[in-house]
Amino acid sequence: MTCEHMSCSYGGAPVIEGVDLTIRQGEFVGIVGPSGSGKTTLLRAMLGSVKPVHGSVTRQAGLRLAYVPQVETVDWNFPVTVGEVVGMSRPQRLMRPKSARSELTLIEDVLERLGLGGLVQRHIRELSGGQQQRVFLARALIQKPDMLILDEPTAGVDVRTRHEVLHVLADLNESPPHGDGIAIVLTTHDLNGLASHLPRLVCFNRTVVADGSPAEVLQPYFLERTYGAPMEVLQHGGMPIVLEQGGDELRNRLNRGTAS
Amino acid sequence: MIIAVDLLKPFSYEFFRNGLIIATLAGALCGLIGVFVVLRGMSYIGHGLSHAVFGGAALAAVLNLNYFIGAGFWGLASGLMIGRVSRKRIIGADAAIGVITTASFAMGLALQARFGQAKRSIDAVLFGNVLGVFTSDILAVAGVGILSAVVIVGLYRKLLFATFDPEVAGVSGVSVPAMEAVLMVLLSATILVTVRVIGVLLISALLVLPAVTARLMTNSFGRMLWLSPVLGAIFGGVGMYISWYADVPSGAVIILAGTLVFIAAYSAVGVRRRAQLAGINHH
Ligand SMILES: Nc1ncnc2c1ncn2[C@@H]1O[C@H](COP(=O)(O)OP(=O)(O)O)[C@@H](O)[C@H]1O
Ligand SMILES: [Mg+2]
Repeated sequence: MTCEHMSCSYGGAPVIEGVDLTIRQGEFVGIVGPSGSGKTTLLRAMLGSVKPVHGSVTRQAGLRLAYVPQVETVDWNFPVTVGEVVGMSRPQRLMRPKSARSELTLIEDVLERLGLGGLVQRHIRELSGGQQQRVFLARALIQKPDMLILDEPTAGVDVRTRHEVLHVLADLNESPPHGDGIAIVLTTHDLNGLASHLPRLVCFNRTVVADGSPAEVLQPYFLERTYGAPMEVLQHGGMPIVLEQGGDELRNRLNRGTAS
Repeated sequence: MIIAVDLLKPFSYEFFRNGLIIATLAGALCGLIGVFVVLRGMSYIGHGLSHAVFGGAALAAVLNLNYFIGAGFWGLASGLMIGRVSRKRIIGADAAIGVITTASFAMGLALQARFGQAKRSIDAVLFGNVLGVFTSDILAVAGVGILSAVVIVGLYRKLLFATFDPEVAGVSGVSVPAMEAVLMVLLSATILVTVRVIGVLLISALLVLPAVTARLMTNSFGRMLWLSPVLGAIFGGVGMYISWYADVPSGAVIILAGTLVFIAAYSAVGVRRRAQLAGINHH
């Protein structure tokens, strides 16, 4: 999939501009940037739900895409069970008892694989944050995609859940026979917990600021241009760790506040 | 023995049997469509469409046109107009519905005042009249009911996907505008054929009550989809039967019966939730 000089808008001024980005088969790409920088819009453009006003998106013919939205956008009060969420993305066959049974087996298999066995009848609100995330991952996987697109899959989850989600995604990305060889594109806020573990990172703020390995991309110059705030990068066991600059000054001010 | 005979007495009148059949069918149909009305927040559209239909029905009565042709054409035109005005985004959809359908309703009232002889059938649309139904009305409700059931079962997954998560549905190959149009057509047809039974002033309540009651009883979309029409049919049938004895317009009794069941379900759910919370607190 290739975006060329792509700009997108929601009717007004462009929200993202002049984006050039290519995602190849089997890649695992993280997109990082501050909130409001247009990450979700970029994903929507890749999916085709937002059309570029300039430039183009080209997808390989027959490429199957599946999308996992940010869990914050889900209506958790909607009356729908785990099994119904996963099943809704399947094409509907005529209601023969036999096909209904094989359909249920298919849904249960995907849930089992993601560690959600036995939860088919549960309402989506009666799950933990990590389980909720995986239900929507299951709905995407049952479509047997070549490329999986996830919006902030680790926003608002704890360290253990983030680990779980990452491991599931790594399995899916690994090439056969061990994994499925699915290309993965995700957005994240989490520079140290997630982004620095990925093979390829894109720093994004209205356009592509930097694109490469974490070591190439997680550098003060690019980070400042992406986040608009100075940052420091340390090396720890060969991995970059990003620190916010000005932390000392902030700590001093806060401590002064509690002292007086 | 005498009591038993007395309870069955209304069934010996054909107009009561017809009324009971149509009230039950109308309740089931409104319950089915109501699932989408409630989950998609379309109740104000339903309210508006029923008022628009009133204007069309009054016009049809004055011009001596067939009700289904007059009111159906008028309802369709108002629906399209609402869509056009609200897509322009100059005024909100709710304001568009308010202006267009209230104008239509006012025209109905004016026609009613000016041409007194048409009063009877206009009254029927306003307050509902279960006892004056013809076989053609029963056939119309049954026809729209079968059509709705077939369409909703056939498009079950797409309708659910488009309602629950339109953005992802759109990129997964479901045409969300097409699903919206299908539901709009079914809702309009439902209002058209049931409004003479329930009445303009009460129809939006019958579109909402069975579905919200079913929602309180289940967390599953699939179960809600059959529970809501069953509840609607019970409200319709029982309400109709009670209205015979209470000597109160059937539409009102149907809605009151539904409201009582809703309150009972709401209280029961409240008790259960409180018990669950208490259970959690003890751990
Ligand atoms: N549906 C929409 N309609 C209009 N503006 C939008 C819409 N979605 C996002 N925007 C605007 O586009 C900009 C980028 O948003 P988004 O892509 O959601 O950023 P991110 O995902 O990085 O937080 C924001 O300024 C936001 O207000
Ligand atoms: Mg976003």
